[in-house]
Amino acid sequence: MIHVQTEDFDAGALLNGLLNDPAAGAVATFTGTVRDDSGTLTALTLEHYPGMTEKQLQALEDDARRRWPLSDVVIIHRYGRLIPGDRIVFVGTRAAHRADAFAACEFLMDWLKTRAPFWKQEQYGDRQTWVEAKASDDTAADRWS
Amino acid sequence: MDLFYFAWLREKVGTGSEQRTLPADITTVAALVEWLKTQSPGHAAAFADPALVRVAVNQDHAGLDAIVTDRDEVAFFPPVTGG
Repeated sequence: MIHVQTEDFDAGALLNGLLNDPAAGAVATFTGTVRDDSGTLTALTLEHYPGMTEKQLQALEDDARRRWPLSDVVIIHRYGRLIPGDRIVFVGTRAAHRADAFAACEFLMDWLKTRAPFWKQEQYGDRQTWVEAKASDDTAADRWS
Repeated sequence: MDLFYFAWLREKVGTGSEQRTLPADITTVAALVEWLKTQSPGHAAAFADPALVRVAVNQDHAGLDAIVTDRDEVAFFPPVTGG
């Protein structure tokens, strides 16, 4: 399941939705929130490329399912204006065993950060700046290739 | 051809999308970038440093050497920062 949305999501409900398969012994989830390192962040606005975002996230899910035996995958990503503490992204994976669920969840987040067409703009009072991509994100994604 | 611009490229070009007829002698993303640079001061500013620009052709990541035609959807944007 892939959703790209402005609305908030209920991480607990998404987790419970994944915990309904007696054949699966493992569910791993990641929830990303808006971080305010300096205590001065007013807002974080996410822009995305409608159409390409969904296409790339589906390709990531398909790739994860080829690499690991997953019985369910959930990816939720928000866009629009968020404030510190808001939820941004949720990734959940379900498998028979924890190693597959953990690995697939981490793979999806690493690849999402380098492939999904989202851009973050930070607002500090009246000042707005585009967030620059981190080389460490490329490094994290490269270890899966 | 449908062109899209995102984040600071959108701000510099001055629009998020535009339709243009691709000159017949332009067949690669690299040539398209060089041509777009001549179209307005905003385009020139957006593509001043091509090393900062990433490309998608028909909603898949692509390189400067990718082939483009007038029927393609091409998007330009900075390195992505989602998640």
